[in-house]
Amino acid sequence: MTDLKFTAEHEWARLEGDVVTIGITDYAQDQLGELVYVELPETGIQISAGQEVVVIESVKAAGDIKSPVNGTIIEVNAALGDEPEKVNEDPTGEGWFYRVRVESTGDLDFLMDETAYQDLISSLD
Amino acid sequence: MKQTPLHDLHLELGAKMVPFAGYEMPVHYPTGIIAEHLNVRTQAGLFDVSHMGQITVTGEDVPKWLETLLPTDIVGLKEGAQRYSFFTTESGGILDDLMVYRLLDEYCLLVNAANKDTDVAFLEENAIPGIQVTLKEDRALLALQGPQAAAALESIAVGATKLGFMQAAQIKVADQPCFVTRSGYTGEDGFEISIDQSFVSKLASTLLTLEGVTPAGLGARDTSRLEAGLCLHGNDIGPEFSPIEAGLQWAIPACRRSGGERAGGFPGAERILSEIEQGASRVRVGIRPKGKAPVRAHAPLLTPDGVHVGQTTSGGFGPSLSAPIAMAYVPASLSEAGGAFEAQVRNKTLSVTACDLPFVPHRYHR
Repeated sequence: MTDLKFTAEHEWARLEGDVVTIGITDYAQDQLGELVYVELPETGIQISAGQEVVVIESVKAAGDIKSPVNGTIIEVNAALGDEPEKVNEDPTGEGWFYRVRVESTGDLDFLMDETAYQDLISSLD
Repeated sequence: MKQTPLHDLHLELGAKMVPFAGYEMPVHYPTGIIAEHLNVRTQAGLFDVSHMGQITVTGEDVPKWLETLLPTDIVGLKEGAQRYSFFTTESGGILDDLMVYRLLDEYCLLVNAANKDTDVAFLEENAIPGIQVTLKEDRALLALQGPQAAAALESIAVGATKLGFMQAAQIKVADQPCFVTRSGYTGEDGFEISIDQSFVSKLASTLLTLEGVTPAGLGARDTSRLEAGLCLHGNDIGPEFSPIEAGLQWAIPACRRSGGERAGGFPGAERILSEIEQGASRVRVGIRPKGKAPVRAHAPLLTPDGVHVGQTTSGGFGPSLSAPIAMAYVPASLSEAGGAFEAQVRNKTLSVTACDLPFVPHRYHR
């Protein structure tokens, strides 16, 4: 088991204090194929759960990443500008997208734990 | 969903299968589109293109009859020669684009998978007595593309490398009789091999054992044809675009143009021949986005002062350039290389410039 929580849209969220780091899962990066562009939000903006905050483009397709939480973006992974392939290589590590300071850690209660997420993706294959 | 005779091999190779033109096709293998694309540019990629339509036309007067449907020199097409052509519409658009080659007494047409049934119907509707049109559903098609394709193929098909670009021959490949053409859809030197479907799986497996040959899927086929500036029917060409707007006048020889021996006589000839003389009002150009964000098909194009003047028809990422590339139609007056436009992508505008095609030089065996 990891300390990650998951959405049905294949994002992961890791809570440390009142800061949540967001990225996409290994399943999602595999489905998308090689990423060639990641458009990250600006730091300091307020976001609400369900809002599109990141655009990712693979060789095959474009996709939107919706925020799973409410809060303020405090940091983005600027390294993805030059190296979007980090998302494919290490989706839950160096391939993270952005960090949000949340108002309530309760937002994460709505997300799946790893077991539930693994059940979801095995039902998709 | 239909499958090609190589379906099991694709699965064995770990392909990701997607629906395409009614077929389950490999979009890429575990190596991924970028690696497959680069293998095509530096070594050789093997594509399954068995979904495409292979049509044979036989009978007396085939050349003259085909010239009533194609703006190509078919009467003068020598045995073993291949040409790029297109069926045109009455209003001068492109019904489908195709390759036509002559082998023995047959004229073989290679057409797009999505259009093969309508192409056969179109040929049959327009047929004259004595003409037979056959969709060869018992034949599979492989494309072996890249700088190492010739050496690889020659090792199992003696004589293959004697073919020049756009030539065709009946050659034994791994002891099986095949129709081989030296052509393709990647901009590289390469071959297309038409073979009885019961032998194609063995041939594909044999080809994959040869030095430098690796499997390549539809993803790499699309990125390589886009870099080569080649049109995808349904995107960059179609009934709404004339061949002259698309920049394909090179495929219409002098004998079919105004003043030629057999000028016109194909659907839409009036418009097409007049556009050859006068120019088309809009033309296909290459598009280079300034940043790293891809501009895909159907993005509106605006002038820097905000006037909507056209749209992209294909677009994505060019792995050999490691940059986004696209193709678009713009007014001829604005089509010069270096011209600045704004592309609308997701409610943002991205700066792009027009450029000449292809993005990556062709390396055909001439």
